Amino acid sequence: MNLATSPILSIVTFLPLVGVLFIAFLPKEAAGNARYVALWTTIVTFVISLLIWMNFDPSTASFQFVEERAWLGPIKYKMGVDGISMLFVILTTFLMPLTILASWESIEDRVKEYMIAFLVLETMMIGVFCALDLVLFYLFFEAGLIPMFLIIGIWGGKRRVYASFKFFLYTLLGSVLMLLAMMAMYWHAGTTDITTLLTTKFPRDMQFWLWLAFFASFAVKMPMWPVHTWLPDAHVEAPTAGSVILAAILLKMGGYGFLRFSVPMFPLATFDLAPLVFALSVIAIIYTSLVALAQEDVKKLIAYSSVAHMGYVTMGIFTVTTQGVDGAIFQMLSHGIVSAALFLCVGIVYDRMHTREIAAYGGLVNRMPIYAFVFMVFTMANVGLPGTSGFVGEFLTLLGAFKVNTLVAAIATLGVILSAAYALWLYRNMIFGELEKPSLKGIKDMTPREIAIMAPLVVLTLFFGFYPAPVLDVTAMSVKKLVSNYEAAVRPAAAELAR
Amino acid sequence: MTSFLTGLGPIYPEIIIAIGAMALLMYGVFRPETDANAEATGWLGVLVLATAAMTVALDPPAPASLFEGAFVSDRFTDFAKLLVIAGSAFALMLSFDYFRRVKSLKFEYPVLVLLATVGMLIMVSANDLITLYLGLELQSLALYVLAAFRRDNVKSSEAGLKYFVLGALSSGMLLYGASLIYGYTGSTNFTAIAAVAQGKAAAESLGLIIGLVFLLVGIAFKISAVPFHMWTPDVYEGAPTPVTALFAAAPKIAALALLVRTMHGAFPGLGPQWQQVITLLAIASMLLGAVAAIGQTNIKRLMAYSSIGHVGYALVGLAPNSPEGMQSVLIYLAIYLVMTLGVFAVIVSLHRKEGQVVEIADLAGLSKTNLPLAFALFILLFSLAGIPPLAGFFAKFYVFAAAIKAGLYPLAIIGVLSSVIGAYYYLRVVKVMFFDEAKDKLLPVPRVPGMIVVAASVFVIFFAVFAGPVVDAAAAAAKVFKF
Repeated sequence: MNLATSPILSIVTFLPLVGVLFIAFLPKEAAGNARYVALWTTIVTFVISLLIWMNFDPSTASFQFVEERAWLGPIKYKMGVDGISMLFVILTTFLMPLTILASWESIEDRVKEYMIAFLVLETMMIGVFCALDLVLFYLFFEAGLIPMFLIIGIWGGKRRVYASFKFFLYTLLGSVLMLLAMMAMYWHAGTTDITTLLTTKFPRDMQFWLWLAFFASFAVKMPMWPVHTWLPDAHVEAPTAGSVILAAILLKMGGYGFLRFSVPMFPLATFDLAPLVFALSVIAIIYTSLVALAQEDVKKLIAYSSVAHMGYVTMGIFTVTTQGVDGAIFQMLSHGIVSAALFLCVGIVYDRMHTREIAAYGGLVNRMPIYAFVFMVFTMANVGLPGTSGFVGEFLTLLGAFKVNTLVAAIATLGVILSAAYALWLYRNMIFGELEKPSLKGIKDMTPREIAIMAPLVVLTLFFGFYPAPVLDVTAMSVKKLVSNYEAAVRPAAAELAR
Repeated sequence: MTSFLTGLGPIYPEIIIAIGAMALLMYGVFRPETDANAEATGWLGVLVLATAAMTVALDPPAPASLFEGAFVSDRFTDFAKLLVIAGSAFALMLSFDYFRRVKSLKFEYPVLVLLATVGMLIMVSANDLITLYLGLELQSLALYVLAAFRRDNVKSSEAGLKYFVLGALSSGMLLYGASLIYGYTGSTNFTAIAAVAQGKAAAESLGLIIGLVFLLVGIAFKISAVPFHMWTPDVYEGAPTPVTALFAAAPKIAALALLVRTMHGAFPGLGPQWQQVITLLAIASMLLGAVAAIGQTNIKRLMAYSSIGHVGYALVGLAPNSPEGMQSVLIYLAIYLVMTLGVFAVIVSLHRKEGQVVEIADLAGLSKTNLPLAFALFILLFSLAGIPPLAGFFAKFYVFAAAIKAGLYPLAIIGVLSSVIGAYYYLRVVKVMFFDEAKDKLLPVPRVPGMIVVAASVFVIFFAVFAGPVVDAAAAAAKVFKF
C-alpha cells in the first residue's frame, strides 16, 4: 500500500471512533475493559501516526498525504499535513495513551463514558490539525468542546459546573465570530479550500476584520490576556487527564490557528496589528507570572504559568521571522510535553492526598525520591533551563522578537526570571524541607505505572533540550515558506511605513 | 371525467388526506369506543399521511397550477409538504402511548390532526389570498380543538382558549391586511398582485404597505415571531405534550413556507420594504428566544422559547431574499423538524407513576438512570444549540452564510451571539442530566417514541456525513424562485 495515496490521515483521525464503538457495546459487567480498549486504540493510533511521520518528506513545504472527497457541493472534505501540523498530530497521538494510563485508577465512576469522551476528543483534535477545509476545520475545532465539557463537568472537582460552563461558553463565543469570517472568505474566494485560500489575496480592509474575527477565536483558545480567565478555572476543576489534554493540545489549537490562518492569509492585517499582539503577549508574560507567584493551588499556578508561556508563543509567531516562528512551534511542542508532565505530577500526589493546596505538602523528597527527581526535571524545563526543551523555544522566540522589537524582547526576558521565581518557589515548598505534616508520613513513591507514564516525557524533555533538530527539521521548509510569503506580501506596506 | 381527475394531480395529497379524515371519522363513530380502536384509527391516520407523502414524492417536479392560479405545486411546495406531512405523522405517532397513560385516547384525535394537515398543505400551495386564508383557518380551527383536547384538564382548556382568542385576533389582522392589498392592487392572486405591486408607485402607496404589514403580522403570529409570540409559552405548556410536539413542528413549517411564498410570490417588487420587517422580526425572535429561555424551569416552556428563537434563525435566511437564502430556509426547516420531533419524543416519554414529568429539575441524573435516553436528549440539545458536527450546526451555517453573502453583517453577528446565549440554556438541561445527582427512575420509554428518538438522534449525528442530498434537494426547491 502506498501511504502517500491512501487515506491514512482519515484513518488516523477516525480510528479512535472505532474504539468508541467497541466500548459502547461492552456489557455492563465488563465496563473495566473500556480502559484496555481505549489504551490499545490510542496506542495503535500513535503507531500509525508515527508511520505517517516516517513517510513525511521534510524537504517540501507543500501539503502531504492529501485526500479530497466531495462533501457539500463547493465545500470539500479535504485533509493533509505540512511541516507545521505534522508534529501536532504526533503530539496528540503520543499524549493520548499516557492520559488514558494516568486515569487508570483515578477514574472509577462511569469508566465507559469517560473513555468514550477521551477517544472522541482525540478524533476531534487530530482532525483540527489535518483539516484542509475551513468548514471541516471549524467542525473539528468546535466539536472538541462537547467531550471536554463533559470531562470537566462529570469527572471534575467541586466547582466543575461553573468551570465547564465557563469553558464552553467562552470558547464558543470566540469561535462563532470566526465562523462568520469563514463565510465571508467563502463568498469572496468562492471556495473553502485552505490551500487555495492561502494564495488568495484579500483586500486590506477586509483582512483587518477577518483577522480580528479569527483573533477572537484563537486568542480565547490560546488563551491570551485578558481572555484567559476561563483557563485557571477549567484546569483546576478538570480531572488530571483533562488538564493534561487541555494544556498540552487544546491550547495549541490557538497557536496553530494563527500559523495556519491569521499570518499567511491576512499578512497585511498581521503587519498592522502585530504591535497589539506584542503588547498583549508581554502583558501576559509579566502579569500572569506575577499572578502565578501568588497562587496557593498547584494546578492554578501551573495554569497561570501556561498562560505566560503561551505569551512567548504569540510573541514568536507575530514576529514572523524564521527564528520566532520556529521558536513558537518548538515552544508549543515543548510546553505540550512539559505542562502535560507537570499536571501528571500534580495528579500523582493528588491521587494520594486529595488536595491541591501547596501548603498541604512539604518535604516530599524524604519519602518520594523518584518523584522529586521527575518533578525537578519538569520544573527546570518550565523555567527554561538550558538543556531542557523549554530553553530552546523560549530562546528562539526571544531571538526573533529581538530582531523585530528590542523593547518587547527585553520585557519578555524579564518573564524568564519571574518564571524561575514561581517555579522554584513551588518546588521548594512541595519537595524540600522537613517532612513535618503527619498526613504525609505514609505517602508512597511513584508506582511502576506512574514511572512508565513519566519516563518517556522525561526522556523527550531532555532529548529535545540537547538536540532539537528532529523537530526543527520537520518544520523548516514550511516555516521558511510562511515567512517568505509574508515578507513578500507586506513589502509595499513596510516600505510605505519606512518613508 | 378522467381528464378532470388527472388534471387535479397537484392537489391529490390534500384530497387523499381530506377523504381519509372523513373516512376515519366514520370508522371511529361506528366502532366501540375502546383504546384499541382509537389507536387503530391513529395508525390508519398515519397510513393516510404516508400515502399522501408518497403522492407528493411522485408529483412531477414541473411547476403546475390549478383553479385559475389559486393553487400551485412545484418543487418548493413538494419539499415543504413532505416536511409538513412528516411532522404531522410523527407527532401523531407520539400521541398514542401518551394519551393511553393519561387515559384520553380518543379516535377524534387523528381525525383532527389530518384535517389540520390538509389546512397546512393548502397553506403551502396557496398562491392567492383567499386560498391562503382557507388553508390557514382550516389548520387553525383544528389546532384550537387539539390544544384543548384534554377537556377535563384546566391547563389544556386554558391553552385552547388562549390559542383561539389570539389566533382569531391574528386572523383578523391578516384578513384586514388582505383586504387592503386587494383594494390597492385589484386582485387576490399573488401573480397578479406581483405585477401591480412594484416600482416607485407601489413603494409609496401607503395603503398597500399597511396591508402588507398587517399580512406579515398575521403570519408572524402563526410562526410566533417576536413581538407576536406571547401565546406560545402558555399554549405549549398547557396543551397535551404530543399536541405541543405537533405545534412546534408542522404548523411552523407550513406558515414559514407560506411566508416565503407570499413575500416572494406576491411582493417581489417590495423586497426592501418587507425585508426590513423580516430582519427586525428575526433579530427580536433570536434575542428574546435566547434570553427568555434562561429562566424557564418547565421543559415545555423552554422548548417554546427555543422554537421562538429557531423561527428567528429561519427568518435570517429569508431576510436576504436571495437564492442561497431560500435554500437555507428549507434546510433549516428540515433539520429543525427532526430535532424538535426528537426532543418532544423524549419529553413525551418522561413519565413517573405520578404522571408526566415536565420540570427540568426532574431530569436530574437521568444519565445514571437511563443513559440512552439522556444521551439522545444530550445530542438533540447540542444540535439545537448549533454545535458542530451535529445537524443543527449546518442549519445555522447555511442561514448565516446567506446573510453574510447579502452583506447583512449586523443580523449575522446578532444571530451568532444569541446562539451563544442560547447554548447556555441547552447546556443547563445537559448539566441537570449529567452533572447532578440522580432522582427516582422514570417509567420505561414506550416503543414508538423510543424509535423516533433513536431515528432523530441518528439523523442528527450522521447528518454531517450524508448532508449532500438534503442540501441538493433544498437547492433544487429554491430554484423555483426567480431573482
